[in-house]
Amino acid sequence: MTQRKAVSLISGGLDSLLATKVMLEQGVHVEGINFFTGFCVEGHTHAIRKRDQQKEKRNNALWCAEQLGVKLHIIDVIEEYKDVLLNPKHGYGANLNPCQDCKTFMIHKALEWIKAHDFDFIITGEVVGQRPMSQRKDLMPVIARESGANDLLLRPLCAKNLPETLPEREGWVDRSRLLDFSGRNRKPQMALAAQYGFTDYATPAGGCCFLTDENYSKKVVDMWQHRPSRDYELDDIMLLKVGRHIRPKDNFKLIVGREEGENKFMEGYRKQFISIYTTSHPGPLVLLDGRDISDADIELAGRITARFGQGRDAETVDVEARLPGGEIKTFQVAPMPPHAIKPEWYV
Amino acid sequence: MSQYELDARRILCPMPVIRTQNRVVELQPGDTLIVTCTDPGALNDIPAWCRINGHTVIKTERRDDDVIITLEVGAA
Ligand code: SF4
Repeated sequence: MTQRKAVSLISGGLDSLLATKVMLEQGVHVEGINFFTGFCVEGHTHAIRKRDQQKEKRNNALWCAEQLGVKLHIIDVIEEYKDVLLNPKHGYGANLNPCQDCKTFMIHKALEWIKAHDFDFIITGEVVGQRPMSQRKDLMPVIARESGANDLLLRPLCAKNLPETLPEREGWVDRSRLLDFSGRNRKPQMALAAQYGFTDYATPAGGCCFLTDENYSKKVVDMWQHRPSRDYELDDIMLLKVGRHIRPKDNFKLIVGREEGENKFMEGYRKQFISIYTTSHPGPLVLLDGRDISDADIELAGRITARFGQGRDAETVDVEARLPGGEIKTFQVAPMPPHAIKPEWYV
Repeated sequence: MSQYELDARRILCPMPVIRTQNRVVELQPGDTLIVTCTDPGALNDIPAWCRINGHTVIKTERRDDDVIITLEVGAA
């Protein structure tokens, strides 16, 4: 019998790890696929923040693939994902997470991939009823249909709760050895993980991406509200993960580095943004993101910058602002008193 | 067997892995690729990606703020 080939959507979490293992146990050839949208919760913030650098910086999707002994293809979908985030047909979840459209999109991309690579079907680690938005039982067939995958999409962890798919009907996989997990209870997954000998797997608190994070989502909305268009670049969404964001005026905001690692990371953006720091006292690097930024705006930003540096109690501090073209402006300012920094300025 | 270089500085993981992966596809088994990154996470991720996909890391080194990983492309 020819060995059948499946591609597995590997997020780095436990469910896709288990779903893949269930298929491997049935003798299916599995390779992993992982989509990078730009919002994925991965090593970024660890890489940026110095104090986190001692922690192990593993990529969980790669780690899962290695545990399973399968190949992993990481696909950059940043450009295509914009349309998913900007125009989700089924709307957003609790924050800016367009989970249903996101799932549909990823399964559609996996479908394109199996066609191009001569694979037979797609598997995911989804479990009915596990997440309120994208894993409701009634939505599972919708996602299968709208993605175009239809019955080429098999969810090994809950297949017994769903109609038969092509791989089951054709006998490529044995339905009786698939599972019937449902709901939010994680115990069956943990038991199966123990049975397979998986320990040390990732247990992300929220979803699989930053879009489920309330504070992050607020920053995205703020960015959209203050730009002529909602379009974004990878740099924009990276910078939303870094620093304090303070918007004293509609036309610009400050991104204030919180520690050495962030300052260093932000250094790389000095050719794209106006950057400010205090020369008379140690302090953070600050980037100004906005448009029509005047000299008065730069001075205002200088006063706020001084507030976050060691010169905060000095009468005046020396400030240097560098424009993207390299032009340098130096000036002295009085640090802004704490009460003058309005709470609503914090994005 | 040729030697190639890839500049993956100032991008964060998993982008250096994606760039490496996309470059390796264009190379022949036995070719060498020297990848320069600034994200120290690449020190874990690129070797992990190589192990999974059948390529060999020949050398990893740190030079100032750069992380340099030399790999040999394996058979497809
Ligand atoms: S949490 Fe993020 S990556 Fe996961 S399905 Fe929802 S939008 Fe997509």
